Amino acid sequence: MRVGVITFPGTLDDVDAQRAVRHADGEAVPLWHGDHDLKGVDAVIVPGGFSYGDYLRCGAIARFAPVMQEVVEAANKGMPVLGICNGFQILAEAHLLPGALTRNEKLHFVCRDQWLRVENNTTAWTTRYDRNAEILIPLKSGEGSYQADEDTLKELEDEHRIVFRYVGDNPNGSRNDIAGITNARGNVVGLMPHPEHAIDALTGPTDDGLGMFLSLLDTVVKA
Amino acid sequence: MIDTVKNAESTPDQEQPYQELGLKDDEYARIKEILGRRPTDAELAMYSVMWSEHCSYKSSKVHLKYFGETTTDEMRSKMLAGIGENAGVVDIGDGWAVTFKVESHNHPSYVEPYQGAATGVGGIVRDILAMGARPLAVMDPLRFGKPDAEDTKRVLPGIVAGVGGYGNCLGLPNIGGEVVFDESYQGNPLVNALCVGAMRVEDLHLAHASGTGNKVILYGARTGLDGIGGVSVLASETFDDTAGKRKKLPSVQVGDPFTEKVLIECSLELFEKGLVAGIQDLGGAGLSCATSELASAGDGGMHVYLDRVPLRAANMTPAEILSSESQERMCAVVEPHNVDAFMAVCAKWDVIATEIGEVVEGDRLVITYHDEVVVDVPPRTVAHEGPVYDRPIQRPADQDELRANTPDGLPRPAKDELLALVKTMAASPNLASKKWVTQQYDRYVRGGTVLAQPSDGGMIRIDEETGRGVALSTDCNGRYTKLDPYEGAKLALAEAYRNVAATGATPVAVTNCLNFGSPEDPAVMWQFEQAVKGLADGCAELGIPVTGGNVSFYNQTGSTPILPTPVVGVLGVIDDVRRRIPTGIGAEAGETLLLLGETRDEFGGSEWAHHVHGHLGGLPPKVDLKREKLLGEVLVAGSRDGMISAAHDLSEGGLAQALVETCLIGEVGARVFPEGDLFTALFSESAGRVLVAVPRTEEQRFVDMCTARRLPWRKVGVVDPESKALEVQGLGEIPLDELREAWEGTLPALFD
Repeated sequence: MRVGVITFPGTLDDVDAQRAVRHADGEAVPLWHGDHDLKGVDAVIVPGGFSYGDYLRCGAIARFAPVMQEVVEAANKGMPVLGICNGFQILAEAHLLPGALTRNEKLHFVCRDQWLRVENNTTAWTTRYDRNAEILIPLKSGEGSYQADEDTLKELEDEHRIVFRYVGDNPNGSRNDIAGITNARGNVVGLMPHPEHAIDALTGPTDDGLGMFLSLLDTVVKA
Repeated sequence: MIDTVKNAESTPDQEQPYQELGLKDDEYARIKEILGRRPTDAELAMYSVMWSEHCSYKSSKVHLKYFGETTTDEMRSKMLAGIGENAGVVDIGDGWAVTFKVESHNHPSYVEPYQGAATGVGGIVRDILAMGARPLAVMDPLRFGKPDAEDTKRVLPGIVAGVGGYGNCLGLPNIGGEVVFDESYQGNPLVNALCVGAMRVEDLHLAHASGTGNKVILYGARTGLDGIGGVSVLASETFDDTAGKRKKLPSVQVGDPFTEKVLIECSLELFEKGLVAGIQDLGGAGLSCATSELASAGDGGMHVYLDRVPLRAANMTPAEILSSESQERMCAVVEPHNVDAFMAVCAKWDVIATEIGEVVEGDRLVITYHDEVVVDVPPRTVAHEGPVYDRPIQRPADQDELRANTPDGLPRPAKDELLALVKTMAASPNLASKKWVTQQYDRYVRGGTVLAQPSDGGMIRIDEETGRGVALSTDCNGRYTKLDPYEGAKLALAEAYRNVAATGATPVAVTNCLNFGSPEDPAVMWQFEQAVKGLADGCAELGIPVTGGNVSFYNQTGSTPILPTPVVGVLGVIDDVRRRIPTGIGAEAGETLLLLGETRDEFGGSEWAHHVHGHLGGLPPKVDLKREKLLGEVLVAGSRDGMISAAHDLSEGGLAQALVETCLIGEVGARVFPEGDLFTALFSESAGRVLVAVPRTEEQRFVDMCTARRLPWRKVGVVDPESKALEVQGLGEIPLDELREAWEGTLPALFD
């Protein structure tokens, strides 16, 4: 399994995403923002950070990066794509996922260990979880409040496209406690919390995040 | 018109604003003597910033020498670089070198909390980068005025957001620090920033500019008008409410963490490809500092073409370009055949890089601006041979009175009030949970964080193969230092040492950030001198060297100085982070709680005296560094043999606070049975104590080891996962929910 991990200037969690891929016995392939090249990978992770500084709306510049044009094309053909935090923001800006991420309700950056409920275990990235399983992984973001219009929210709910929901206090004011969603096809997933920081109880609160990368392994092997 | 050297020679009597730039009459006279003429505007700007207290250490130098005098060869043996470099470097084994340093950014953070704190983080990170290391983590010891004061509501949220905003965007985990409140910091908060980084031993880069013909390349952000005079005006003058002098207008720099992140990755790629012969970051005093330090550390002269510096403001004068403190810039010395490759790496990262000069024959630093010479100086006189002052020292007249005013007469709580006091103290601003602050900091990025706040020390993994890592803690109790600066500095060292040992790591090196009032106040200089001696003697006793540090003077409001605050940072090494000791209890099914060390009736400078009685007087707790060392050895041995499942250092708030925290962090209850006078047992702040949890199966083996090594121990309780309460035998119990509300509710109530 070869998994591309994109680095934009300002990307921070690329090393973590690469490590998580290796923990799931995959090969992590670094992808550079300026290249029109996915290097023949089986899947792509758009990791967290502050792409190009994100001094504009988060992800607004990154969506125009040469590599993102390739990602959008591949995703539309069914390639598994995961956006974490800034990656989720970028996928939303690139219209691979609906809605937008806005400033947290209390305006502060929030870093905490967050319980999530896995509500859809049929996506390319979540088959290793039981439906309604609760997992504990870090959340760390200043603009993580998921917003969408009523019709979009209804569509997401009706089509079971809400993959992760916050359990307990809503940390950022996200609509419907949404932590992560998928596209209609189930190959593209975006979430604000960081599964790549929870692959080992030594450096994370748990190893609950590893399931996402192992799920991908199953998906790629089956394909 | 540009003031050239030629012009200066022909107009010897022209008046110059040296006083406004912070130079004294005799300092100005000395510059004239060095140059044999009056300085040009640009030279005056250079000398004034480089000879400021902040850059030249002119008041502290004579005392700081004591660190060198007390460092033995054995202590020095693990040091790869020490005081004088950008940051100290320590060999930690497995081929790794670790570099760490703390710096202050106090005055800018009061003027502009967000940017002051942000650029404080940025500056210390570039110091670590300039050693050739990858920055790996940051920590921020902070001090504020009264928690409920109106101005604290401006200063604290801004500083916290600045530390977080910069560090989070830079991608460095924040793994610890301090938040302390005391009225003395009301008009002068302290923002100290620590950074730790690592490199392979062979990759150590020291700042120098040897090799005639080598090119000097400035890379990173453009140079603008921000932060001009920041060093001399802001860092070396006292804030004075009464005098509305114009020169004290804020000149705080503005940070751009994205540019710094790119600068880090670009620099590391340059190092990796072997394209850098010498490197220096641009911090306080900007290009003045970088060019004079690089030139004076090398073996030749240097020629800089100032008109080549990329600017972001129009019509900047040579003096302004030289003293600008625009952030996110580095200066490299590059061999001519590597220049093209150097430029290519910078282009890949979209980093602006400009060849601004070269190393030349001779021993002068010559700076030209459009072919006219504006600076022609011996660089050492700028960078290293500034004025040195042996300032008057006077033990304060009221020191004896302060020490005689012991807390012995303060009314102590009755037995039936003790349980309530546990809760009251847990909710007091200094002891309350700092989660409101730390949850604004990313502690996970890079995936190497093994321990972070609220643990006693932060710990990061350095080597993913072997698991080798480092632990760090910073500490200082300014009240103890006020009562006795010598012993207080030792106590700060002891606590940082103990905190590191409590994680299972072996302490190996020390850094410091010495925050004091005005050096022109003989009483402050006495505190400073005593604290330096105490810290140096303490390090010698523990056998670990001071590898670097920072001095911040003029921390006072009007004529009232802050509590003397020598923040001490201790670095420890752990061969395998998997054996780290957590702070929370309850990891094992059955655990016994043991208190290591001795408890005495010691309340001078205590949190109880401060919070309950507003009292400061008497003597601080006794410090016994031999005991601290033994305690450290026992903790490390216990960790190595898997005998300890949790450990928590006892400090402010005593045993009661340690119990509250260890239960709440571990989310389990405990039953404790302290002995003797319960008030003393629970709230005394005697040093040299650690609360450990040991699995019942290991209890005998562990206490036998303590006994054999003559470390006093006492069984004080058991972990009780079923109870969901902290029960103190003979007093009753407090449900954990209630304790948590008390401990975690204070800061949100103040600052949300």
